[in-house]
Amino acid sequence: MIRIIAEMLSYPFLVRALICGVLLSVCASLLGVSLVLKRYSMIGDGLSHVGFGALAIATAFHWAPLAVSIPVVVAAAFLLLRLNENTKIKGDAAIALISTGALAIGILVVSLTTGVNIDIYNYMFGSVLAIDKTSFFVSIGASVVIIILFLLFYNRIFAVTFDEDFTRATQARSSGIHILIALLTAVVIVLGMRLMGALLISALIIFPALTSMRVFKSYKKVTVSAAILSAVCFVLGIFCSYTISIPVGATVVVINIIAFLIFFLIGKIRIHKQH
Amino acid sequence: MSIIDCKHLSISYEGRTIVRDVSFSISAGDYLCIVGENGSGKTTLMRTLLGLKKPDSGQVLFGDGCNVGGTADASCKQNHKIGYLPQKSNLQKDFPASVMEIVLSGTLNESGLFYTRKQKKKAISAMESLGILDLKKQSFMELSGGQQQRVLLARALCATEDILFLDEPVAGLDPKVTLEMYEMIRTLNEIGITIVMISHDIEAALEYSNHILHLNKDVDFFGTTEEYKKTELCEHYLCHIPDHLHHDDDCEICNERREHDQDHC
Repeated sequence: MIRIIAEMLSYPFLVRALICGVLLSVCASLLGVSLVLKRYSMIGDGLSHVGFGALAIATAFHWAPLAVSIPVVVAAAFLLLRLNENTKIKGDAAIALISTGALAIGILVVSLTTGVNIDIYNYMFGSVLAIDKTSFFVSIGASVVIIILFLLFYNRIFAVTFDEDFTRATQARSSGIHILIALLTAVVIVLGMRLMGALLISALIIFPALTSMRVFKSYKKVTVSAAILSAVCFVLGIFCSYTISIPVGATVVVINIIAFLIFFLIGKIRIHKQH
Repeated sequence: MSIIDCKHLSISYEGRTIVRDVSFSISAGDYLCIVGENGSGKTTLMRTLLGLKKPDSGQVLFGDGCNVGGTADASCKQNHKIGYLPQKSNLQKDFPASVMEIVLSGTLNESGLFYTRKQKKKAISAMESLGILDLKKQSFMELSGGQQQRVLLARALCATEDILFLDEPVAGLDPKVTLEMYEMIRTLNEIGITIVMISHDIEAALEYSNHILHLNKDVDFFGTTEEYKKTELCEHYLCHIPDHLHHDDDCEICNERREHDQDHC
């Protein structure tokens, strides 16, 4: 096993994928706790489809993928939040509208231009080769900023997530927290998408939070557990993916499912013991 | 001196008028109960007072003339710290949070990103005064309804030293816990906190409050509780509410109510 690990670490692209993947997983799980509890789980899914559409268009016209997709997905995140607050279209329906709409446009653009080539396939299902040097440094920088912002605003994020009305009524300064969360989620989605795949990236947001909530009952413990869990799952995922030559995105998701089942059982046993 | 002044407030949801031309004022140290039937606009009015819902017209002036309803002015709310106990049904049932985490979040209207020792002390003393300090590390969702309500009251206490808004604080609580809750709120009023409470429990409103706002889209009555007791409105309301609060023979409020019913209804 040590031989396999040493072998893995000798490939620069794998080391890049490992570092980026762990950092982005941690970011996704931190934001995920709040998103899952606010019933915004599907926002990640919606945004990743928008990201796919943007990447497809960027590829078709030979534009820089990140430069196109980050602003588009951030804009979509704002739009989703506004739809949620103001109109009669409910949040889940709004996400479904935007997500399928963007996917459809992406597919049309692809079929009219390049056709489904290996690039497009990788955008959908992820590729361990996706992290080139530029996106490596962008991802590390963004992850560090996201983690720092999360730690700085941790208490306010908790307050808004737990009871938005109370927080808005008593604290004038918490009004921007929503926008912050949406913005950071959009960035994580775009950066993690090519590694994990547009169809799978939202698992990184949802799974660690839901898994941790099976066992832990305080916000801090859930957050810490989600962060650790997501990092461990990603490392295990990339290891398995390399050893048995299977796609990395799908492997990470399956490891997350296994972790969920284990935590689910632990939670059940604990409740059983209490009675 | 009045600390909240409402002038000709009209509020609507999706084009439907909920509250029409409501004016009243609250003085420091008051205990105001807002009563009225379901759909009479009580909660909507409170949301506007809190700056959560913009009114169509009219103003909410806080003390020194800050307009909260219109613009949700940040500096305004900083000057007048507000405590709020929302209806519990708005909260999620499976939210992972410890009692301490929730109570501490009430202190966040002070500046700064991290909790200071002073804020922690405040949270502890709020929990102490409501008798829930021993629950500090427990999970909120595993508490009983009465305990949860105390936790939320402790959080509201952390947010304010002068005004407390309560939206049906005893809904869903059993008679004993209800009485405890009312006594706690009375104690808070006695130490100088202004209370603004929505209540369906008219007897308790008459017993504890010193001002009544009877709402039915517009103001049917606003004045002191003593004056309200003399009105026909009060008689009518007392006689026609369902019999859901009869506890046992020892309950003072219920006995008074029974006597009242025999005399008037």
